Amino acid sequence: MILLRVLGLALFFAFAAGPTVRADEAELRAIVAEFAEAKNFRETEAVARRLAGTGGPAVERVLAALSQGDLYVRKTDGQVFIGKEAGQAIDLSDPLTGAARGKFGKTDVAKVKVNNGLRRALRDLLGALTLSSGDEAARLAAARTMFRNPDASAIPALDAAIAAEQVEEVKMALREARAAAVLRSDMPETDKLAAVGLVGARGDRDALSLLTAFAMGASGASKEAATAAIAGVDSRLALWSAAQDVWYGVSLGSVLLLAAIGLAITFGVMGVINMAHGEMVMLGAYTTFVVQNVVRTSFPGLFEWSLAIALPLAFLVAGCAGLIIERGIIRFLYGRTLETLLATWGVSLILQQAVRTIFGPTNQEVGNPSWMSGGFELGQMSITWNRFWIVVFALAVFAILLYVMKYTRWGLQMRAVTANRRMAASMGIRTPWIDALTFALGSAIAGVAGVALSQIDNVSPNLGQGYIIDSFIVVVFGGVGNLWGTLVGAMSLGIVNKLLEPYAGAVLGKILVLALIILFIQKRPRGLFAPKGRAVEV
Amino acid sequence: MRGSSITGLLSAGALAAMVMGSQAMAQEDTIKVGVLHSLSGTMAISETTLKDTMLFLIDEQNKKGGVLGKKLEAVVVDPASDWPLFAEKARELIEKDKVAAVFGCWTSVSRKSVLPVFEELNGLLFYPVQYEGEESQRNVFYTGAAPNQQAIPAVDYLMNEEGVERWVLAGTDYVYPQTTNKILKAYLESKGVKPEDIMVNYTPFGHSDWQTIVTDIKNFGSAGKKTAVVSTINGDANVPFYKELANQGIKAEDIPVVAFSVGEEELAGLDTAPLVGHLAAWNYFQSVDTPENEAFIEAWRAFTKNDKRVTNDPMEAHVIGFNMWVKAVEKAGTTEPDAVIDSIVGVSVPNLSGGFSTMMPNHHITKPVLIGEIQADGQFETVWQTPGLVLGDEWSDYLPDSKDMIADWRAPLSCGNFNVATGKCGGKGVN
Repeated sequence: MILLRVLGLALFFAFAAGPTVRADEAELRAIVAEFAEAKNFRETEAVARRLAGTGGPAVERVLAALSQGDLYVRKTDGQVFIGKEAGQAIDLSDPLTGAARGKFGKTDVAKVKVNNGLRRALRDLLGALTLSSGDEAARLAAARTMFRNPDASAIPALDAAIAAEQVEEVKMALREARAAAVLRSDMPETDKLAAVGLVGARGDRDALSLLTAFAMGASGASKEAATAAIAGVDSRLALWSAAQDVWYGVSLGSVLLLAAIGLAITFGVMGVINMAHGEMVMLGAYTTFVVQNVVRTSFPGLFEWSLAIALPLAFLVAGCAGLIIERGIIRFLYGRTLETLLATWGVSLILQQAVRTIFGPTNQEVGNPSWMSGGFELGQMSITWNRFWIVVFALAVFAILLYVMKYTRWGLQMRAVTANRRMAASMGIRTPWIDALTFALGSAIAGVAGVALSQIDNVSPNLGQGYIIDSFIVVVFGGVGNLWGTLVGAMSLGIVNKLLEPYAGAVLGKILVLALIILFIQKRPRGLFAPKGRAVEV
Repeated sequence: MRGSSITGLLSAGALAAMVMGSQAMAQEDTIKVGVLHSLSGTMAISETTLKDTMLFLIDEQNKKGGVLGKKLEAVVVDPASDWPLFAEKARELIEKDKVAAVFGCWTSVSRKSVLPVFEELNGLLFYPVQYEGEESQRNVFYTGAAPNQQAIPAVDYLMNEEGVERWVLAGTDYVYPQTTNKILKAYLESKGVKPEDIMVNYTPFGHSDWQTIVTDIKNFGSAGKKTAVVSTINGDANVPFYKELANQGIKAEDIPVVAFSVGEEELAGLDTAPLVGHLAAWNYFQSVDTPENEAFIEAWRAFTKNDKRVTNDPMEAHVIGFNMWVKAVEKAGTTEPDAVIDSIVGVSVPNLSGGFSTMMPNHHITKPVLIGEIQADGQFETVWQTPGLVLGDEWSDYLPDSKDMIADWRAPLSCGNFNVATGKCGGKGVN
């Protein structure tokens, strides 16, 4: 109660002090003007610190602008402004009031330079300033920043903030931030022990980092407590890291699945060794690039939907390319494996060079929509959104494809032609068209995969080459002619690869996986799910 | 295109006829310059720009009246990112086309593959890319950075300005990253960094699944000491690497990544907003604010008819190398390789960052070293630079078996691997 009253009093004074801060505008301006004279990052930081020391909301604006690199000095008179880039010009505004001050050319102003160290310092300063912000999210963010970058001198400010805080979540974050700061301070042992307990209870990487740093400089009971807490956090993290590896395996497996599933149809079902499969993936990725370009220039509001727009288009583009390849080349070569291999390899080179000629050899930028960027924490696992959606997408594609093969007329015809071509033909199925459509479907699926892969890989003419070998391995490993085999094959390869990687490294891990596959194929030449019955002979 | 062998044959025939025709006509009035950069295959992404740069430079020089009163003529070949083909094409350029000098190669393995050819046929090669050092050859001029002109200053910057104590050395698994990391490791240990504070990680070419490694870096960084990543990850693998960094929320303020192979071209395929603050060390950035650079960018964009075309460090190396060659040829009065090799040492030409670069007797050049931070617009902003020029050190002082070596191609020493301790020429890395 007393605290509340003190707080009320403090608030009253804060409001009462409002006008005086405004009265000090001249002083603020004088400090802001010093940014123009700072010769290096240390001097800029000193100016920023003095500015932060004055407090007040206008300071926040200046410091935020500085940390984003939006603070400019006008060359003619050395005045400091906040600037926003607008094409070739820069919109200047007053650093304190935010009032517009007109457009200037890029050569008329010089940016106040910022580097990582300065940005870090500004983040801490802003954290302290926003600790009493009215916005709950801002306070929480400030508390978390202060937890990661503890500073003993912030303890009084944190104490005040904890006392004033009403929201339980923010209060907890503030307490943790305070505990982190206590670990860095020279406060008595008992305080430190309590802090170790509080930090250790978090049990995450940040806590581990703080405790390890603390244990290095500590002695006596607090060191013991810290070491025990570190051991506790470590054992918890070990479990999570195993889960994390499995998730990474699933994620890699779904990428393999996406790349291989089209091939499971052309190679698995039809028996065509299609070396141009990777290029179908590439076509899909480039379709995404073109769609995003059109969206960016003509319909910027649709950017979040660009992938959804690209999906059917990539399906069509790659499908048509597949259809043309089948009708133009492959249908003359059925049953002649070696010739098919060489011809499709030629096609893959033609497609690569064509894309290189049209779009240039450099990587093209395909942006991630906001729902594909960043990540989230599940316990101590960090899962990135783009990987998460790709797993979902790969499974969806798999399910749809399975449905088409099992329950549609077209799927039935496809399976009939594969099982016994002559019998199927005598039943009135137009086998050449089924061949063409099956090949087109396989290619189209590869194109759809390209849309997804454009989100995690380079969009360059070489995109497909990176996936073709892996795709063949997955299909052969899983068992030719079996979609389930492809799913299981892709997932198990992904998981084995990712479980090996932390121990063997990426290079050796890959070699080990290949060696395992060779041994496996020796034992089971037809893969995990060997086809049975007459289909084997065809 | 390579689809049909008949068209290929026909066009090759036509090309041969054309080349022979032009040779017969122009034999007396032009000086030929070979351009040996991959225009197809995995390295096309980086090397195509350098081919364009050479065409641009030759065009500019011809506008100024050529060299020795003769026009320059570019002979462009495509070694297709195929290392043995580099040697074949180099031989073709020197023996068949009789080029006066060759500008080319990108990867160290391609350079190693052409070295014997240039030595045997006494040609001249200007190599524009930063490399691992441990080499100095009479016929080769290294206009890119040696490790002490890129890697070591970058590490110094992180150590002094950012207070980094724990290091991740991440690279692609081939000769440049491995040698550079060996040098860096020796250097860091000489500065008192403990071996357990260094993590070395290699990945295959074109690695695209960085989840595990980025998590490892994150974990390595949570040991209570300031951590940084020194990346020698090459080419294509960088885009997924940076995407993963951004998605896993590793900010430059927490764990900065300093890269030696990421330039403006590589960033062109990326949304750089989440990467602001990550670093790169080069000898040139497009954002360098000098009149020379501004004029160069303008002329380059006019030449390529693309007002968004970026410039990068290896391009500047070609600019310097080409101008040095022109100056050396004019000084020698001939394009004879032996005469040029003698006359080019000591030649000084303006670089694009406002100073002069000089060819030293070890066939390396002097350059400033710039540390830049990635900006939201895909450019770098210089946050630190060496006070003066740094001389390329071919034999690293930090490796035990090369610290006694020097290279000096002036007479009477004329040796690329002179051992100061034994007083003998030769012993290591005889190329």
